[in-house]
Amino acid sequence: MSEAVPVVALRDVEKSFGAVRALRGAGLELHAGEAHALVGENGAGKSTLIKILAGLYRPDAGAIEIDGEPVDLHDPSAAIAAGIAVIYQEPALFGDLTVAENLFIGRQPRGRLGRIDRAAMDRDATALFERLGVLLEPDRPAKGLSIADQQLVEIAKAISLDARVLVMDEPTAALTSREVERLFDVVRALRAKGTAILFISHRFDEVEALCQRVTVMRDGAHVSTDPMGEVTVDELIRRMVGRELAAMFPRGEAAPGEVVLDVEGLASAERCRDVSFQVRAGEIVALAGLVGAGRSEVVQAVFGVAPREAGRVRVLGRDLPSGNPRAAMRAGVALVPEDRRQQGLLLDLSVMRNATLVRRGRLARFGFLTGAAEQREAAEWTGRLQAKYGRLTDPVATLSGGNQQKIVLAKWLATGPRLLIVDEPTRGIDVATKAEVHRLLSDLAADGVAVLMVSSELLEVLGMADRTLVMREGRLAGELPRADATEEAVMRLATGQTAEAR
Amino acid sequence: MTIPAPTRTPTGSTVLDLVLRFRALGLLLALAVLVGATASVNARFLSGQSVRDLLFAAAVTVLLACGMTTVVLTRGIDLSVGSTLGLAAYLTADAMSGGVPVPLAVLIGLLVGLACGAANGAIVHFGKVPPLVATLGTLYVFRGIVYFTAGGSRVNASDLPGGFLDFGNGTLLGVPYLFLIAAAVLAVVALFLRDYRSGRDLYALGSNPEAAALAGIPAGRRLMTAYALSGTLAGLGGVLYAARFGTVDASAGYGMELDIVAAVVVGGVAIFGGSGTVLGAALGALLLTVIDNALPVLSIPPFWQQAIVGALILAAIALDRLVALRAARALRKKGSHVG
Amino acid sequence: MSDRAPADAAPLWSALRRFASWDAVIIAATALFLVVAASTVEHFGTARNAGHIIVDLAPVLLLALVMTLIVATGEIDLSVASTVGLTGAAMGWMWNHGIALETIMPLTVLLGALLGAVNGLFITGFGLPSLAVTIGTLALYRGLAYVVLGDTAVADWPRDFTGWTLGTIGDTGVPNIVVPLIALALVVGLVLHCTPIGRAVYAAGANPVAAAYSGIAVGRLKCWLYVASGAMAGLVGVFWTLRYSSARADNAYGLELTVVAVVLLGGVSIFGGKGRLPGVLAAVVLLTALQNALRLAHVSTETLTVVTGALLIAAVLAPNLLTAAGDALRSRRRRAAASL
Repeated sequence: MSEAVPVVALRDVEKSFGAVRALRGAGLELHAGEAHALVGENGAGKSTLIKILAGLYRPDAGAIEIDGEPVDLHDPSAAIAAGIAVIYQEPALFGDLTVAENLFIGRQPRGRLGRIDRAAMDRDATALFERLGVLLEPDRPAKGLSIADQQLVEIAKAISLDARVLVMDEPTAALTSREVERLFDVVRALRAKGTAILFISHRFDEVEALCQRVTVMRDGAHVSTDPMGEVTVDELIRRMVGRELAAMFPRGEAAPGEVVLDVEGLASAERCRDVSFQVRAGEIVALAGLVGAGRSEVVQAVFGVAPREAGRVRVLGRDLPSGNPRAAMRAGVALVPEDRRQQGLLLDLSVMRNATLVRRGRLARFGFLTGAAEQREAAEWTGRLQAKYGRLTDPVATLSGGNQQKIVLAKWLATGPRLLIVDEPTRGIDVATKAEVHRLLSDLAADGVAVLMVSSELLEVLGMADRTLVMREGRLAGELPRADATEEAVMRLATGQTAEAR
Repeated sequence: MTIPAPTRTPTGSTVLDLVLRFRALGLLLALAVLVGATASVNARFLSGQSVRDLLFAAAVTVLLACGMTTVVLTRGIDLSVGSTLGLAAYLTADAMSGGVPVPLAVLIGLLVGLACGAANGAIVHFGKVPPLVATLGTLYVFRGIVYFTAGGSRVNASDLPGGFLDFGNGTLLGVPYLFLIAAAVLAVVALFLRDYRSGRDLYALGSNPEAAALAGIPAGRRLMTAYALSGTLAGLGGVLYAARFGTVDASAGYGMELDIVAAVVVGGVAIFGGSGTVLGAALGALLLTVIDNALPVLSIPPFWQQAIVGALILAAIALDRLVALRAARALRKKGSHVG
Repeated sequence: MSDRAPADAAPLWSALRRFASWDAVIIAATALFLVVAASTVEHFGTARNAGHIIVDLAPVLLLALVMTLIVATGEIDLSVASTVGLTGAAMGWMWNHGIALETIMPLTVLLGALLGAVNGLFITGFGLPSLAVTIGTLALYRGLAYVVLGDTAVADWPRDFTGWTLGTIGDTGVPNIVVPLIALALVVGLVLHCTPIGRAVYAAGANPVAAAYSGIAVGRLKCWLYVASGAMAGLVGVFWTLRYSSARADNAYGLELTVVAVVLLGGVSIFGGKGRLPGVLAAVVLLTALQNALRLAHVSTETLTVVTGALLIAAVLAPNLLTAAGDALRSRRRRAAASL
């Protein structure tokens, strides 16, 4: 197969965003009837690569070839026309349109006079869902679907395109293992019919179950491509990370102190129920689970950016009122949120304004801010975290992902928190910065800060956490001390499967 | 849930259907109550002449509400419709009074509207200027152009061809021609938005612009279509305005954008795009017109008219919000899952 | 706004951006215009005329002060002019009912604050879009003004008060109104640019979610801004009524568009998070002086509508186009460099 002309090939692709070089010499060849895995850490450039295939970004340099001919995928419709279908990590549906219309938008079946044939459209949608073994009404609006259902609609949409190339960016992150099996059956059938498949996942068991070839990326560049059977998972991880695993997480033994955070019977917005746990000074506790399991909802309710419906939250023995982040901040809680760009930063505003935002009241003299105090504070904390930027007045949007994350961390560390909550602290940042963040969290814990960490990266959870709390469908499914926390044990709790089912 | 095949449960879609129809139903009900109450005070409110006047008054508003709906669906707004109408009305009337044949003059009016709409669309799409700012700007610019060309003068009914004015004030079986035109436009736009791919694209664009980009929907072309349609209908509105009133000066359609936005919002078109129908907007326009005409009959001082419009807008958006919250809760609760 | 310049944009453009922010451009343009107009338009440069301009610009300037804050949080208040109308009408009603003017004035400002609070509650309490809500109250408040006064005017205001609005400080020729204008502009400017509240305003506009995650009570902040906007409109209602010696339901009709126009022209982004008060003040002066000069030069003021509209669009369009041009240049250069 591999001697044949690849259906799609990317050669020496480069892409930069402002100061950030997302891709520097990335390459990939996809062949008909073959499932190709693309692995790499968050921030390795996988998503950028996919967006180039999807026609959303145009590469600064390098070539895209289809059947050996160079092409210009100048916009998404060009990519669709070239037979490339993409399932994105984040479902992007039209909430106001029906499920069926979401599947067929822009290519709805037409009847007389070019009018849309709704009956035929619903029939086609039902047929697709049956093939996927999914129970969804085609004529309900997409608004209000669960994340898993939204993802299933995206998958059905991509499959209905009858594409020559199917790209799947972590399609299984929100699915149960039964849904994953169904999806894989369909994908295998497509592969047998000659579709080229690009599969991106953090779960190596899935990669092994589905793919024939695997490409590793690191820091925007191609590292290796091998047939699946000729390379071990450990070797893949080593290539992804770029150094030995043992060197990754510099963590000594923890000596937990007093209880800093005490959560009892927490419930919030139908997304989490009956959650109780404690975090002590000097320990790092991880919250693990599938996407949509309710981990972020727990920490948001603790911090108060989301109201809680039931339960109590105590910090250092004092009750926190519901839905009041300022009270939480006064009590010494800091939250570094999951979505840096949406929740963590004011992208258009300067490094200085971002770094000093939560401290603006403290920095004022007689109620006035002159700028000097803000400048001093911002320079000090960004300096401590070794954040790299041009001037303090540059918009944070011009910084790389890793440096943006350092600004968010600086902003919160400046408050001197007793409890630091970090939600996906290393998502989308480069390998070097990742290690720095990990070291920082370890140092903070060693200094007696209680750290609560939400993470979808198993390696990070296993490497960093003194204790791991696993959530499933809004509830705590179990707790694993450091010694018992293995990839398998966490996944078993997260998916609710018995050992033999996986 | 262990049922192997999808089954139709009577919740989900029908809840939404009800919500959508509820708006149309609610508007019809409000209309019926208002008409009934007014007629019970003074039966002449339902007389042929009174109804005719009402339809005359509603025609232009309905027309412009159709155009505004297509724009608002895409998360836009067109504040320049009043000015566009004024410009088209004046240029059409001026051309006729200068001896240009009626069909050509009408064409001029439509083309002026199209040009104004295309300008809006281009500024919004290519210039990336927010619709509110862009059309607020062109509101001034187009109005300024009318003042510029008209100076202080105006076109009088006596300057216009009699046939044109007869058409503007004529009826077919008691229904004004103007209203028939508005109704026909309404039907065509409704069909376009409901049953054609490009029409559905407008909903998609307003519902989730990022997803629309991923799906390869040609945003530029669709936005241009929406603004051009709004402009053209405002142009047509200007022609009808000239035909109806005969006297046209530079202030024709001044401040009208507010009534049109009100009609659309009261008609249940979400101001942030993605949902609503032209039928709702037309009913909204009709309701506002009926209120306008009913006040004198109910011997309520006409000064109340604007206050009622304002209260209606607030009530409509607050109601929409409530209904949306409830529907969201219902949909989330039922959240069907895999079998 | 998407006019963020990438770090390595074309050097000329990035230099231009650094030294010539939009408010600098508009301030320079205003200064240039004043100089040119003073030397070419007869009577424009006289102290007397300057006084006229200042009295003329007062209402727009006052309303634009709070509007700047509101737009900086990413919201809008289209009801300001109607609030001026309704508070003025209420003032007339109270006067007709024999209430002393000293009592009426604070009550009018309070009424304005209440009307603003209604906006604020609809917007932050129910989570409704401010554009729709304030279009609603635009109609509602103007309508209520008509309900209160009908098409009558209340014109028998005491001379002492009406005279003050047009009077000057002693023999200096400086209008009385200058003092409150400067004081209020100073207060708003300091709050916006030099206090934690101002930082919160920009944060709420730049990214309301991130602001909430930083412990800023975005809803409460916005609600108070609407109260302030209403109170300011009440104050303008008083000023407008006394200045023209006439409380009428159509006082300040259509003024909201001018206010929004000067705020945007002054460089405040309609999406919030950006813009500075000096730019807005310059825009107010520019528009009013332009109008004045056109009148003195016997050019029809209608021309001004075209200019206002065009400037408004240009204020947003120009930076966008330049950024796009810079981007295109940069990516072409990058491709060229890569192909070597």
